[in-house]
Amino acid sequence: MVEEEGFQRYLAHIILWIGIAIVAFPVYLALVASTQDNAVIANGQMSLLPGGHFLETYYQTLFVGTSGSTREPVLNMMLNSLIMALLIAVGKIAISIISAYAIVYFRFPFRMAIFWIIFITLMLPVEVRIYPTYKIVADLHLLDSYAGLSLPLIASATATLLFRQFFMTVPDELLEASRIDGAGPFRFFWDTLLPLSRTNMAALFVILFILGWNQYLWPLLITTRDDMQTIQVGIRKMITTTDALTEWPVVMATALLAMLPPVFVVVVMQKLFVRGLVETEK
Amino acid sequence: MQKQSIFQSKLLPYALVAPQLAIVLIFFYWPAAQAVIQSFLLQDAFGLSTSFVWFENYLELFKDPAYFAAIVRTFAFSFAIAVSSLSFALLLAVMADKPLRGSTLYRTLLIWPYAVAPPVVGVLWVFMLHPSLGVLSRYLRAMGVDWNPLLNGDQAAALIILAAAWKQISYNFLFFLAGLQSIPKSVIEAAAIDGARPMRRFWTVIFPLLSPTIFFLLVINIVYAFFDTFGIIDTMTRGGPGKATETLVYKVYTDGLLGGNLGSSAAQSVILMVIVVVLTGIQFRFVERKVTY
Repeated sequence: MVEEEGFQRYLAHIILWIGIAIVAFPVYLALVASTQDNAVIANGQMSLLPGGHFLETYYQTLFVGTSGSTREPVLNMMLNSLIMALLIAVGKIAISIISAYAIVYFRFPFRMAIFWIIFITLMLPVEVRIYPTYKIVADLHLLDSYAGLSLPLIASATATLLFRQFFMTVPDELLEASRIDGAGPFRFFWDTLLPLSRTNMAALFVILFILGWNQYLWPLLITTRDDMQTIQVGIRKMITTTDALTEWPVVMATALLAMLPPVFVVVVMQKLFVRGLVETEK
Repeated sequence: MQKQSIFQSKLLPYALVAPQLAIVLIFFYWPAAQAVIQSFLLQDAFGLSTSFVWFENYLELFKDPAYFAAIVRTFAFSFAIAVSSLSFALLLAVMADKPLRGSTLYRTLLIWPYAVAPPVVGVLWVFMLHPSLGVLSRYLRAMGVDWNPLLNGDQAAALIILAAAWKQISYNFLFFLAGLQSIPKSVIEAAAIDGARPMRRFWTVIFPLLSPTIFFLLVINIVYAFFDTFGIIDTMTRGGPGKATETLVYKVYTDGLLGGNLGSSAAQSVILMVIVVVLTGIQFRFVERKVTY
């Protein structure tokens, strides 16, 4: 074992705490701001300690929204974000696992061609094809709908690749065995493959949920109605008005509410999160 | 690599790939093809007629000093974000890799910003460094800095870079920590027995062994800076003041939003696609994380 001298060890602790402080400071500031009076903040007199407006601000944020003309309760925005994130995560896993199953466990004409068609989508994020995609979604009358929010973001190959690689590691004997038991492709998939994939699915779900919840550009483009806004889009609209009118405590409360679900998932399901992150990075 | 043991069925496999294939074709290939076709077309001012103009849209772009400036700016941003975030994350990861008490707690406290969405990052930082009410701006002004990112382009750029690097620390930290933990302890012990001091051990043994991770992260960070900074820029500066923080992706967005030149906007999209494909290609080629076919 390499000896770590006492001083080195103290230094490591200090550097790590400085790192944590840098990482946490903006969020602490948001928390403090969300409990103070807007007039004080707008004067640049904000205190670094929590104020007494916690309940008031969060009640207003969740159930009423800003005082502006386009008020929209943040709870509703969170619900939209949740539906979108779940649709993206579940949808992507569902369509990917069955297509990976077909590609690994069947031989059929154009199998590799289909695999490549799916694989290439890995390379291009939605940002580079926003307007043409917008036009298609508009032509399909999917603007301001949950389908429009989630379908274009489901079109990607990461999950398919992951399941394909996992299926390749499943021993052939399992298929032989279930065949002897008289299982067809459906039973084998449902009784054998799916239970084996549970951890992979969970890890993938964690990552996809976070990515889905945090989508911004796409929802910004295709939602026009206030009641279809996701929280990421909603928060931006809160600071569009001239600075003097921005209700900073509400904005900061919204920021904290926007990060709460994904941060919770990362902290509580850390193992799955790390696994999903490492595996989805090709 | 192929499975030896498979099912026989004529139609079932097609039914299984159909949903994904349909979504990919409708929401991926169709728009991508549209972008490519559009980029070769020129529409007149009233949208009444379109003509095929070969590469004119591309040539116009490359002749346009504003576009060239956006390319340079985007690469400069990416580089600054990647270098600052990577070096800070590496420092933290090296510290967290030591056998310290509470190391799992440290890890938890350092990885959560991964989950914070870019627009939220933008809002947090804009509040912290707002020229009139930002808490940190007070200190900057007390130190004699004339801080106003709403007017000063360089300061706005610095603000974007800081915020974007902040968000990416946790991701880089996780991968560095994993990389460090995969280095066999015996190698480091051998260097220690040879009398190498910690600093020397780091630069001559650990750093070279970590280079695949560094390279992988460099590419990931550049891609991140290209695309995921959109939300940060949009909430913090909207590409301004002037065009001081307008990146390529942001330019596609604003140019398209104004509904002006469809051909030019499409050409910009195609150029971005080429950049991503090249970056992904580099990543696959050099970072031996090959996908097996």
